[in-house]
Amino acid sequence: MSERDDRGETDSAPSHPLHGRPMAVLFDKVNFAYGSDAVLSEVSFHIHEGEFAALIGPNGSGKTTILRLLLGLATPSSGRIEVLGAPPHTALESLGYVPQNAAFDPAFPISVVEVVRMGRLRGGRGRYSPEDLRAADAALEQADVADLRDRPYSALSGGQRRRVLVARALAARPRLLVLDEPTANMDAESETRLFRALGELKGRATVLVVTHDTLFVSDLTDAVLCVGDRDGRPGSVVRHASVPVARGLAPGTFGGGARQVLHDTEIPPEDCCGKGE
Amino acid sequence: MSFLSALLDPGLPFVRNALLAGLLSSVLFGVLGSVVTVKRIAGLAGAISHAVLGGIGLALFLSAKGLVPGLPPIAGALVFAVLSAGLIGVVSLKAKQREDTVINAIWAVGMSVGVLFIAKTPGYADPMSYLFGNILLISGQDLVLMAVLSVLVVAGAVRFYPQIEAASFDEEFARTRGVPTNTVFLAILAVVAVSVVVLQTFVGIVMVIAMLTLPAGTAGFAARNLRGMMVLASLLSAVFSVGGLALSWETDLPSGAVVVVLSGAVFLGASGIRMLVTRTSRPKAERPDGK
Repeated sequence: MSERDDRGETDSAPSHPLHGRPMAVLFDKVNFAYGSDAVLSEVSFHIHEGEFAALIGPNGSGKTTILRLLLGLATPSSGRIEVLGAPPHTALESLGYVPQNAAFDPAFPISVVEVVRMGRLRGGRGRYSPEDLRAADAALEQADVADLRDRPYSALSGGQRRRVLVARALAARPRLLVLDEPTANMDAESETRLFRALGELKGRATVLVVTHDTLFVSDLTDAVLCVGDRDGRPGSVVRHASVPVARGLAPGTFGGGARQVLHDTEIPPEDCCGKGE
Repeated sequence: MSFLSALLDPGLPFVRNALLAGLLSSVLFGVLGSVVTVKRIAGLAGAISHAVLGGIGLALFLSAKGLVPGLPPIAGALVFAVLSAGLIGVVSLKAKQREDTVINAIWAVGMSVGVLFIAKTPGYADPMSYLFGNILLISGQDLVLMAVLSVLVVAGAVRFYPQIEAASFDEEFARTRGVPTNTVFLAILAVVAVSVVVLQTFVGIVMVIAMLTLPAGTAGFAARNLRGMMVLASLLSAVFSVGGLALSWETDLPSGAVVVVLSGAVFLGASGIRMLVTRTSRPKAERPDGK
């Protein structure tokens, strides 16, 4: 584990449930710019293993950049990023990713199970093994899309496709599952089934949901990370508190209850770790 | 003389060569054509195939002038194909906003360079043979090249099927699974470039791109996955090649053009049927199924 965790063991309040728990995601003073445009400035935040976190912020706030850095699809100009205790590109095998962009070529001939099987890919490794196929079938069950197994992917509705992509991410049996805007354009039925699947995963893997809805999050959420300009620094990330809201008050179903984000109540990083992240 | 009698006539070996070339090229057209189609890089493949004329013209010129005696046209074609594939690949990855311009420039400049060299080549060189194919030009060496390339392409497609499938379906996701998608893309372009050079002896430069897209496009209507698309496109390509050859023999028409027209007619017919089927089944497809 990182030295930061060791520090956490000694400095944090022993009573905090996250005390000493290893980091799933760690951003330490990360900077990123497109040309001369700074997108992220000195961004520091962390997510503990097993947490269900929401990374929220308006469009253009830097969420996608954070996601791309986390997935190893981009490299920071400076700063340190660790995913499951390792640099992002070496942690990919333990990471499941559900992209927001459900755009696909409807003329691409492929079945649902073949899409899910892709989650078992590992670099240049050859054909899929029987174990890969078993994992794909288990992921289909887990994401509640087993009945669609042999259907052509192009014949599915938008919500069904999104849940198939969740199954694809789960097929890797990830320790960290990252979902980018999972409920965008999703019907209520699919949303309920999606959050039910995520609820079953909670505690067994770290889940990070990225969304532009800055007011409400699912009641599965343990940590709310808000991205936005703060004190002139673009792409700052802080933890905000959230409280449960009565059913029906939040738009969207979240498959159950929702929590309202309290943007005026910041949770300092030392609450769980003892040191500022 | 009928096509069948011509095939069996010991005095007409080129007919048998043409048939073998048609069957061998079907494997390449089917497998590579499916990849080109699902990756939507037909325009890139078209630019590579047309730029090849520049290499053929240069080789003919250098050989006829005695500067490089005996330089075969295929050598020049290969150099131009690989160079244009490399250039297109780099531009496609690094400068997306200029991709169209560069691809079309390579397409047109490559052909023009070929025409200029052929015009200045002493003696007679017929650009039509290279543009539209000439079954009389297929040699035993061409057949060996096609056979070797077919084996290599099939072996590569089997070995790297998961990577090709994922990189074509969802490039970003494939990258998060550690697939070197840029390398996959450049390798596909390189294999297409070499194949175009070998295949142009059968249908010609202009029509290679048609055969890389039409059988695969037709197969895409019926196939359930990329593997099925590759197999079906290869079979369709074989039927179009053999059928086109027979038809061109019986009607005394250029074989390459007949093969392509036949493939195009079936593709258009299949597209029409597909549109009708989609239109009539749409209400059913949109019915809520409770999922």
